[in-house]
This record gives sequence, C-alpha cells and structure tokens, in this order.
Amino acid sequence: MKDIKEILQRRILVLDGAMGTMIQRYQLEEEDFRKGWFEDHNKPLKGNNDLLSLTRPEIIKEIHAAYFEAGADIAETNTFSGTTIAQADYSLESAVYDINYHSAKIAKEVADEYTAQNPNKPRFVAGSIGPTNRTASISPDVNDPGYRAITFEELKKAYRQQTEALMDGGVDLLLVETVFDTLNAKAALFAIDEVFEERKMRLPVMVSGTITDQSGRTLTGQTTDAFLISVSHMDLLSVGLNCALGASMMRPYLQILDTNSPFGVSAHPNAGLPNEFGEYDETPELMGEQIKEFMQEGLVNIIGGCCGTTPDHIKVISDLAAKYSPRKLREYV
Amino acid sequence: MFKEREVTLRLSGLEPLIVTPQSNFTNVGERTNVTGSRKFLRLIQEDDYEAALDVARDQVEGGAQIIDVNMDEGMIDGKEAMVKFLNLIAAEPDIARVPIMIDSSKWEIIEAGLQCVQGKGVVNSISLKEGEELFINQAKKIKRYGAAVIVMAFDENGQADNYERRIEICERSYRILVDRVGFDPHDIIFDPNIFPVATGMEEHNNNALDFFRATKWIKENLSGAHVSGGVSNVSFSFRGNNRVREAMHAAFLYHGIQHGMDMGIVNPTMLEVYDDIDKELLEHVEDVLLNRRSDATERLLELAEKFKGEAGQKKEKDLTWRQAPVDERLTHSLVKGITEFIDEDVEECRKQFERPIEVIEGPLMDGMNVVGDLFGSGKMFLPQVVKSARVMKKAVAYLLPYIESEKSGGRTSAGKVLLATVKGDVHDIGKNIVGVVLGCNNYEVLDLGVMVPAEEIISKAKEFNADVIGLSGLITPSLDEMVTVAKELEKSELNIPLLIGGATTSRVHTAVKIDGHYSKDQVIHVLDASRSVTVVESLLGDKKPDFITGIKSEYEKVRENHSKNRAKKVLLPLAEAQKLKQKLDWTDYKPKEPNRLGVKEIQVSTEELAPYIDWTPFFRTWELYGKYPEILDDNLVGEEAKKVFDDAQQMLSDIISENWITNKAVYGLFPANSAGDDIEIYDPQTGDKIATQHTLRQQTKKADGVPQKALSDFVAPKESGIKDYIGGFVVTAGIGVAQRVQIFEEDHDDYQSIMLKALADRLAEAFAEYLHERVRKEDWGYALNESLTNEGLINEEYKGIRPAPGYPACPDHTEKISLFKLLNATDSTGVSLTDSLAMSPAASVSGWYFGHPEAKYFGVGKIGMDQVESIAKRKNIKKEEMEKWLSPNLH
Repeated sequence: MKDIKEILQRRILVLDGAMGTMIQRYQLEEEDFRKGWFEDHNKPLKGNNDLLSLTRPEIIKEIHAAYFEAGADIAETNTFSGTTIAQADYSLESAVYDINYHSAKIAKEVADEYTAQNPNKPRFVAGSIGPTNRTASISPDVNDPGYRAITFEELKKAYRQQTEALMDGGVDLLLVETVFDTLNAKAALFAIDEVFEERKMRLPVMVSGTITDQSGRTLTGQTTDAFLISVSHMDLLSVGLNCALGASMMRPYLQILDTNSPFGVSAHPNAGLPNEFGEYDETPELMGEQIKEFMQEGLVNIIGGCCGTTPDHIKVISDLAAKYSPRKLREYV
Repeated sequence: MFKEREVTLRLSGLEPLIVTPQSNFTNVGERTNVTGSRKFLRLIQEDDYEAALDVARDQVEGGAQIIDVNMDEGMIDGKEAMVKFLNLIAAEPDIARVPIMIDSSKWEIIEAGLQCVQGKGVVNSISLKEGEELFINQAKKIKRYGAAVIVMAFDENGQADNYERRIEICERSYRILVDRVGFDPHDIIFDPNIFPVATGMEEHNNNALDFFRATKWIKENLSGAHVSGGVSNVSFSFRGNNRVREAMHAAFLYHGIQHGMDMGIVNPTMLEVYDDIDKELLEHVEDVLLNRRSDATERLLELAEKFKGEAGQKKEKDLTWRQAPVDERLTHSLVKGITEFIDEDVEECRKQFERPIEVIEGPLMDGMNVVGDLFGSGKMFLPQVVKSARVMKKAVAYLLPYIESEKSGGRTSAGKVLLATVKGDVHDIGKNIVGVVLGCNNYEVLDLGVMVPAEEIISKAKEFNADVIGLSGLITPSLDEMVTVAKELEKSELNIPLLIGGATTSRVHTAVKIDGHYSKDQVIHVLDASRSVTVVESLLGDKKPDFITGIKSEYEKVRENHSKNRAKKVLLPLAEAQKLKQKLDWTDYKPKEPNRLGVKEIQVSTEELAPYIDWTPFFRTWELYGKYPEILDDNLVGEEAKKVFDDAQQMLSDIISENWITNKAVYGLFPANSAGDDIEIYDPQTGDKIATQHTLRQQTKKADGVPQKALSDFVAPKESGIKDYIGGFVVTAGIGVAQRVQIFEEDHDDYQSIMLKALADRLAEAFAEYLHERVRKEDWGYALNESLTNEGLINEEYKGIRPAPGYPACPDHTEKISLFKLLNATDSTGVSLTDSLAMSPAASVSGWYFGHPEAKYFGVGKIGMDQVESIAKRKNIKKEEMEKWLSPNLH
C-alpha cells in the first residue's frame, strides 16, 4: 500500500459521494434491514442504513464500486451512525461491533479489487465516524443551559468501540466527520489516540467540520479558524468541511482553512441546498463549476461529495481533480 | 505568514486567540477565581451562577483575553462547580468566545474541566512537584485533550526560588514535555514564580530580578515556550498602599515584558501607567525590583509612607500636567473629566487654528478618541465616560458662538442617531446614557426626550436625516408601543435600522414581536449603553451586511427556541387554575384590624429617607455591577464605584440642605375580601363596596402540589365571613427634579442630570420601603415588634408584601387607574398617569399592601386568552383593549 501522505503531495485525492442518496434508489423495505441478522428485533429498523452492510452487503458493495468506477480514491465506510449512542434509538447497541467490522471489510474488498485492476491508482477506505445524535457542548433543554445529554466520557467510550472495530475490519484511515460540536470530535480524537497508543499503530486521521450557515460557525458557535485550532493537537492528515452547505457557500471557509491549516484541506460539500421537497438537485455540471474554483485557487487536497451527490457528481469532480494541482502543504515547525 | 507559526501560541474559545511576539501582552481575567475573589466565592457558595456568569462576562467585556476559572475551595465541591460553571459558560457566546484557563491544584478538577471545553484552553498548572511519572501522565492527557499548559517552576525539592533553580526546573520540564511526551513547545507556558520583594529579608532581594533573568533565559533557550505569572504577588509587602502597589505592578510588567514575559494574570485596576508613575516613586520601585542598591527596601518603605492612603488623590492635586502642550492638556481634561481649565485651554487652542471648528475636529476629537479607545478596551468605565462627555460639551459650548459667527457648516460626524422614549413612557436614564456614549464617539445625537409618539419619531427622523433610530422604554406597555413604531416605520419612506433598548425589552421580545413588523432594515435589541457604539458602528460601516446576516440568523434561532419553548409550556384553563389556588388556612388566622383605617397624606424629608436607600441598583444604573457595599472594594470597578458613590453622597447632601425634592405620599387601609380572583374593597365607615381589584392568576402549569397563585389568594374570601384588610399607596420623590435637571442640562452637565434622576429613583424606592415599615408597625400595626436593619428590609425579611401594578405579581397596569382613584392620588401627590399608565414624574412608586404572613411575591407569567376575556368582562372593558394591555403576558 502506497503512503497516502505521499500521494497527497502530488495530486488531489477524490473522496466518494453520498451513501444515503444511493441507498434511496434501491427503495428498500423493512425486511431488507433485518435479513439474516435482526429478523426478530422488536423495533422498526427501516432507515438504519448502517445495518445494510450486514443484511444487504451486496448493495453497499455495489455503491462503493460505483464510486470507485467514477474515479474516487477513497471510499467511506457505511458507518456514519455506528456508535452505541446513535444505535440506541434502535436498541441495537449490541450490533455496533459487527456494523463497523463488516462495513470496513466489504469496503476494503471492493477497494482491493480496484487497486488490483490499476495498481497506479491505489484505492483507500476511510472509516466514517459520525457526530452521534447528542451534543456535549449544548443543552437540549433551553431552560437548563447547564444540562448535558451526554458526557465526554460516554462519547469517548462509544468512539473507542467504533474505532477498534473499524481498525479490526482493516480501514486505511479514519474520518471524523460532520463535526457540529467540536467537543464531540475531541472525544473521538481522544479515543482514537488511546487506541493507536495501545495498538502501537497509527492510521492517518481526517477531521471534517460542519459550518451550519453563513454565520461561518459550527452549530456550537465556533468560527472556522477556532475549530481548526481546537482539533490541531493531533497530527492529522487533513482538516476540512462537509455537509450543510453547497460548494460555493463553503468556499470562504475553505479559504480560512487554506491560510491557517498545517494539515491537508478537504471538502465534501452537499449538492447545493435542499429544494422545497428536501431533495438535493444540483446537477453534477453545476457543482463541478463551483468546485473548479476551489481547484483553481489551490484550496484543497481532498475533494468529494456529501448529501445529494452521486457517482455522476464524483465523475465530474474526479475528472477535474486530475487537471489541477493540489494545495501546497505547509510545514508546521 | 507561516514563519509566524513558529512562535505562536494558538488558543480558542468560540473564536481564535493567537499569541505572537507582536501581540505584546495577553491578559488573563482573574476574577472567576474563588481563591482570589471573595465575591465570586460567595456567588458560587450561594449557587448564584447567574451572577457568577456576570463576573465572567464583565471580565471579557473589560478586555480579558482568556478567563481563569478556579474552584479550589474546601467549602464547595470543586469538581461539580467547575463542570457546572464551564457548561453554563458554553451557553453564553459573549463569554465563551475567549479561551478558558482551567485553574486547579487538583488533577481531577482539571480533567473534569478539560472535558467541558470545545475550544483549546490552558491548564493552570502542572509541575514536577510529585515526580516525573505523574507529570508525564498528566501532560500526555492534556495533549490528548488538546490544551496548552502552564508549568510551574516546582520540582520534587520544592519551588524554585532563585535564578539557577528556575532555569534548571524549566529546562528539565521542557525536555520531558518536548522529547518524551511530544508536547508542542508553543503550547508550553512557564510560570517561573513571582515572589514578593521588599519584605525586609535579604534573600528576597533578588526575587524580581531572578524572575526577569529566568524569563529571558527561557525565551532564549527553550524554543517556542512562553512565560506567564501572577503579578500582584510581587507587591505583597505593600498591602493597603495601593499607590505603591500600582506602581510596582506597572514597573514589574514593564520589565517583565522587556525580558519576554508574554502573558500574565493582572488586575487592571491595580495597575498604573508606567509613564505616569511619579518619577521619584518609580526610581525607588525599580531600585527594589532590579536590586540596584543595598538600602533599596528601606528607602522604598520610607517613601511609601508618603503615599499611604492617598491612592488617586494626589494625582488630582498634582498640576504638573498643566505644563504640557495644549492638545495634551485637552486630552488629559477629557480623560480625567476635569472641567476646571477647559475654557482657557479651548481659548488657547482656538487662537492657534484658523477656524474654531478645527478645534473640535482636531484636538478635542483626538482626545475623545482616546476616551473611546480606553472605554472600548475596558480601561475606563461608564461614569468616567459620562464625565468626559461633560467636558466635551462644555468645550463645544464655548466654541459655539465663534462657529456660528463664522457661519461655516457643522462638523463632520460619524453618523446621525435619533433617540426617543416611546409614547406613554417617561423613563429616560438609560436613553440619556446611550446618548452620551454615542455623543462621545462622534455621533450626532438628536434626543426627542420622553413620551414621543410614533408620528413624531418618523417625521423628526426624516427632518434630521437620521441614520439610525433608537427607541427606549421601561414599562411593559412600551413594548407594545415599540411594535407600533416599527409598523409605522414600515409604512413610511424611511429605511434605516431600528434599535430597541430599556429595562423590559429583550432580545426575545425584539426577535419575536418587533422584528417581523419592519422589513426595510434591521431591528436590533441593544442590551446596554456600552454596546450601543459597537452596534451603531457595525450598522453604519462596510460590515453592515455581515452584521445584519449574523443578527438575522441569531433572531431566527431565538424565534425557533421561543416557539419550541412555548410549545413546551402548558397553560391550564383558567377555571382549572382557579381550582388550584393557594388555599390559606383561615380558621386559625385572624387578620389584625388596622389601628387606623382610611386615606392619609404625608410628606417626608429626604434626610429621613436616605438611610432606606438600596444602593445596589444605583450602581447598576451606571453599568457597574456588584452588590453594595462589597462593590466599593471590587477589584475591577471598585475605584469607579467609590467615586460615583462619593458624588452621589455629595448630591444627596445638596438635595437635603437645599430642599431640591419634595417627597409626597398618599396611602390608605380598607376592609376587603376576596371574591374569586377579585378583591372587593369596602368603605371603612359604611361597608359599601368602593373599589374592586382584579388580580391575575398563574396559568403555567406548576408541579403537583404547587398552587397556581393570584394575589386574591392572600385575602380572606367573602364566604368565609372573616373581616380582612388591604392597603394601597402612591409615593413620589420626583417633585422638583425636572427643574434641577433643566439647570444641569443648560450647563451641559449630563453627569449631574443622570445622577439626580438616578438618586430620585432610589429615593422613591426608599420612600416605599419607609412607608411600608411605618404601615406595618403603626397604621396597620401587625408587626409592632419588627426590628430590621436596612439590609434586612432590602432582603424583605418582614411579613407582608407590597406588589406594584405593572410588575410580575400584578402585571396589569390598568390596576393603577383604580388604585389612583381610590386614593385620589393625583390630587394629593401630583403624580399622574400617562397614556401607557406610566407614573409621571418617573421617580414614583405605587402598589398594594397585603398583610397575611404567607403572602409572598411571585410572577404571574404567561396567561391565556380565557383569562383576558374573564378580566375584560369583570372590568367591563373591551376584550381587545385588555388584550393590548396584557400582551406581554399572553402565551
């Protein structure tokens, strides 16, 4: 396996697009989410997409393959909600290890097939670590601002389990993404660093925050540069932004990362903003136009898509990425 | 730009803090520390976290770039307090924007704190005191949590107390951190121990010098590391002699910074400007700090006697500043608020310039810019700024005849702001302060005064060509009037920002009720006077679009939260709430029959009322926050609080000796019984019903077993057959105030004018307190043996209450109409009611007396339309009208 850090210096790497958008196309039913694993589970499971890595692995592999076919260098595992905290809604805390282990394994299988076809373009698997559905910095109760629905310790424990299973499944890197509360992300990084130390093995780590709107801040109120400083204590492969915004709206914040980040810069924006039906309808061409600007400016090292993006989008992005040089990495003394 | 990274410390709260060699000196707020501030400790012990947050907020607003939080005190659960306070800070964006310094000697508290902050903070502190293993473990964790660290010069053998030990320990710590833990050197901040000097012990003579030398050595040899320290320790020997301490701190910092110190915990009020230190004192202080002579300590001790107890006073008498060039003298007068020489200095300046207007645009504005900067950076406080404005106004007044004779256009201003207290409201202290603060910052202010109708605000705004309109009001009906102004403004051809301020206004009300009615520009709630400048500046500058986008999304969130909140709150139907009324036991309780029934008028001298004044709100008027009398010793605002308090005492004695104010009251006691939610009031002689008080009942669902209260619950029900009583009162300390204020305003003296109004307000409240005591002890006589101190009175340790219409227990302002009628109050006291039912003059208080020992204050809170309909019917007025009066309480 070639060193991803080294490749990052030479060209822009392409991350895959949305998983959920692709799963929707299969129009799956409740039974698809149960098959062979959770037949007798006492709660409805439809919509718990992470389970499909277990119950319908062929579908998830097909989606990974479609993205690799479109030119993606990195596939994200289907584990966005693969923590005991997020799975608690379905009473499936016990399935967390399997979700992460098998998701990693099937993604890796597909990646290895593509790498074998073309060894000059090695494919990587990033273990996707989502934000969970709780915030460590905000009270869910407006009348009691000091209250917290989750503690740092609880988050750390959940992230540890996810990290260990992803590593057991063979991921090449870890992606802490859609960070809307930096404290959650810090708990994830804390857990990851502990696991690395215990296993005497370090993987490259990407962190990707979410700037919720044009205030330029995360949900918990941090500016982009404050967010960057708050996660810079770990040696990261990249810091970037994803979700919530379309490509053009993300640009000013990527510029801030470009100026200040001692790490690589990544971006995986949504396909525009949702329309009145809650669907993302920005065409690959339209999105490509905006992403071209990032590349011309030399803002990014890793680029991909979030909500609403498809292999068609990734194809356009990947063709563009081949034409432009990556952002220059800066030495941090 | 990336070169800079090599020497920077990067921290974050909600916003970044980047410490570079160019950033000079980073000051750490020290007041949220239970070991250093008795006030903060008391707030935490009393679980008053709201006030504790105010302490943090004041520091940030006062310019602290980092706030130190310390909960190490045996009487409190330090870990729990740390977590609770940091979690609460996270919900306050104006505090959370700066990084947090988690300060504790207990690792478990530090770790609990680290788990609460999303930004990159600083741990204060760790050291080699208990060996390498523990030190390494802690450092590793700190790195994993993503924080910088303060390392004390302390090892297994104790604290470093000389140069060699300091550098030895710091170097060893550095090597362990960098080589073995992998700590980023930029995230290491050494505290090489600041110890007292001039203690009389010879071994302490080099304490300061060793610190400086060690600092220099660290900066030269331990690449990337920073140096910090707690400065006030150095002057420990001179406690009680602030003049000398201030000089020592300033000189210490000066030399510390020269040697590379880049951060420190400093009390800004205990700091003199280095250049302003008395030359002789400075020399003696530096002799000690730098250990320049063997008799340095004796000489400083001797000289210190001269400065004892003279803090601040000597400076005023010192007229050496009069020898400086005239523009410097003007700045000095403006900054220090001295009017004595202003006419002669302005005259001298006028002769130097071709045109008199240039004196204003040149040296005077330069001076005001200094004032603005000092205020903006937390080095001056509101009372000082108001005094500066007085000097400015006098200077302008002196020049005005010359400018007019020249007939050469006005001066260029930063923008035009129109201010008004809305129709129906007479309260204007806050609005006047906003006017002064804006005026100081070169805005042209047109103040339309009080009770200004919407049409006049709009027509004057057009005429004046205003850039911004600011509305003020204190009573709740003014909230509704502000909505009216917004609607009218929408219809007009104006499209300028609308600012909302005043005690009952809020961000929530502005976002939910006003914002929606005005679309042509932005409506913004301004919390207090000191923020008005930044808000207006943002609105008139290039950043306006960004600023407005920020406000819009903020208000959107406020609205969302509000509607979520609203959905959560359950209102009971009135009939159900009435069933859950507070049921007092009337079987064993026999109401005392008042010694004297009927109405009485009295007049009381100011001298008699003065001891009843509650001073805490007085300081709040001046935006000095803290409880009296502790505020006078407060680290940050104590000095200013003392000055404004002295000025208040001076004016109070003038009010007394020259009889500026007439204090009048009318009050009465009557037989009464409750009938449902109403209270029927009877003629003492005939027993006929002469008035009905309609009280509002809580409808927000309370916990099981907690009653849904209304004031009528405190009076015996008619059907019980028990004879009960009620009282009513109207007091004023406002008669005579307007005439005096006019004299001050003609003299351009906003300071005295605001002072008098603030004092009159306090006297009216004192009068209410005084009268209530007299009623309890004499007229009603149910508390003959009561004996309370003023503090006891302020804390309401007595039996019975005196709720005021328009306040939480009876938010219905229209109740004032029947109260005034019952007492014939306007004829006997001169207090009248405006359209919005505000009392005029403003320094007046009215209310009801309830005598039942179980009677307690409460807030009615939100009510439903069913109660509005019921009240309207009982009062026999239109539902729509009642709805308008009660709209602030409507769900």
